[in-house]
Amino acid sequence: MTTGNSHKDTLISKGIDDFFLESSELARFTVRIFREAFRPPYEFKEVLRQCYKLSTSSLPLVSITGFILGLVLVMQSRPTLVEFGAGSYLPAMSAISIIREMGPFVTALICAGKIASGITAELGSMKVTEQIDAMEVSGTNPFKYLVATRIIATTLMVPVLTVYADVISLLGAFIGSNTKDTINLGFFFTRVFESLHFTDILPAFIKTFFFGFAIGLVGCTKGYYSKKGTEGVGQATNVSVVVAMLSVIVIDMIVTQISGLLGYL
Amino acid sequence: MISTPLHIEEKQTALRNDAEPIIEVTHLQKAFGSNEVLKDFNLKVFPAENVVVMGKSGIGKTVLIKCIIGLIKPDAGTLRVFGEDILVMKQKELDDLRMRIGFVFQSSALYDSMTIRENLEFPLRRKHHITVKINIEEKVREVLRNVGLEHTIDLMPSELSGGMRKRIGIARSLVLDPEIVLYDEPTTGLDPITSGEITDLILDVQKKYNTASIIITHDVELAKRVSSHIVFLSDGIAYAEGKYEDIIKIEDPIVKPFFVR
Ligand SMILES: Nc1ncnc2c1ncn2[C@@H]1O[C@H](COP(=O)(O)OP(=O)(O)OP(=O)(O)O)[C@@H](O)[C@H]1O
Ligand SMILES: [Mg+2]
Repeated sequence: MTTGNSHKDTLISKGIDDFFLESSELARFTVRIFREAFRPPYEFKEVLRQCYKLSTSSLPLVSITGFILGLVLVMQSRPTLVEFGAGSYLPAMSAISIIREMGPFVTALICAGKIASGITAELGSMKVTEQIDAMEVSGTNPFKYLVATRIIATTLMVPVLTVYADVISLLGAFIGSNTKDTINLGFFFTRVFESLHFTDILPAFIKTFFFGFAIGLVGCTKGYYSKKGTEGVGQATNVSVVVAMLSVIVIDMIVTQISGLLGYL
Repeated sequence: MISTPLHIEEKQTALRNDAEPIIEVTHLQKAFGSNEVLKDFNLKVFPAENVVVMGKSGIGKTVLIKCIIGLIKPDAGTLRVFGEDILVMKQKELDDLRMRIGFVFQSSALYDSMTIRENLEFPLRRKHHITVKINIEEKVREVLRNVGLEHTIDLMPSELSGGMRKRIGIARSLVLDPEIVLYDEPTTGLDPITSGEITDLILDVQKKYNTASIIITHDVELAKRVSSHIVFLSDGIAYAEGKYEDIIKIEDPIVKPFFVR
């Protein structure tokens, strides 16, 4: 009995320890990034290269998911709306749910899976094979060159990908609406823009920067500190995806609370 | 339990002491947890000298040269390179110093997302990215010719054999015309012919650019041909040191097995 209890206690306290260790590691990393990223020489070229790489690699996945998201959303909600005699609200309803929540959230989750794991695997294997050390001995600060550039790139590109996903998703919604009744594109988007307010768009857009930052941060931290050996890299990649997704969910919740307090809901 | 170093060649040490050392390691200590790797290590490297460091696997040879280039921070001791204490250096100064030192990794450590050309261009671009416009292409081809691998310029590292990767690793460390080169087992795992070629290369580089080097190796042939001085690392200290001819004469259970075949 007692042993069982103490076992549980240690498990819980270990969990709490891990959480704080993890948070302090991320916090230390964040401080260092801000210190390094704003000191010359700036690695503009590398940032651009990373932006290009990140966006092209996740574009297909984001496109397909975004499209299906819009399509399915409309097809699922249509019967209920029609039942209440609110069928004409379909464009407005889909626009609001896509722009406010579904677009940013789903894009961020996809990026957490695709980009964070990619970064972790890349940096982790560079670490294990001493490529990061090699960079350091050729007088390059790997923290600046590898880490800061990637985090800047995710912070900039996740919002861009989100806007793109929103558009594709609305197109999906339009096509979804057209499967049951014919509605023309101009009319659909007029209704969409009528229903959207500045307060719908702004908080949703701002939070994507936080999503991007978190994804880059988690991906880089896990890779940079991954343990020796290929097993260590595999493990780090795994943990990276989980932590990145959790961060996205937590940030989403916090931002929603804050925008509620500010009267944006 | 620290064994006493075998000072076999007093007069020769006196001779070496005339010049100003280019690398000076004193009382270096480094432990990883309870694993005391370096306990009280001392080493001097003089200009244009090839110092060979030998010792059993896992004894701390790689840790030693990583300390010298600032990749590992020692627990105690001093490290002076070009007469400057690297342990108190700012990041910028350390980066500038590192550009004057070539480091050949035991594992080659080629950037596997880049072609051979980009691997060799990387240090050049990093050094000259604002200041001088030198002919990068020409320099890259020159060092590749030196290691006899000019034809691999557009290949990826994954397309090369282990020995070729090693030679590219050496080429990359030479591309900035370093004044010091630190070689970590440059010939381990290579056939005798390639080992011989790399030995020639090390000698060539030393003659051409008048570099000082530290060469970690188990390769007796290499040690015999290039060493001006041999240091035997054991139990965290410079257990024995001297010229090749003197070292091979030592009748010591730790040193002897390296030279009998
Ligand atoms: N980053 C590290 N963390 C913990 N221990 C380490 C680390 N690097 C090296 N060690 C330990 O230090 C000791 C010396 O390692 P080192 O790599 O210097 O050996 P070596 O003399 O180069 O051996 P080899 O000839 O096999 O390359 C080993 O016991 C190793 O486990
Ligand atoms: Mg080693």
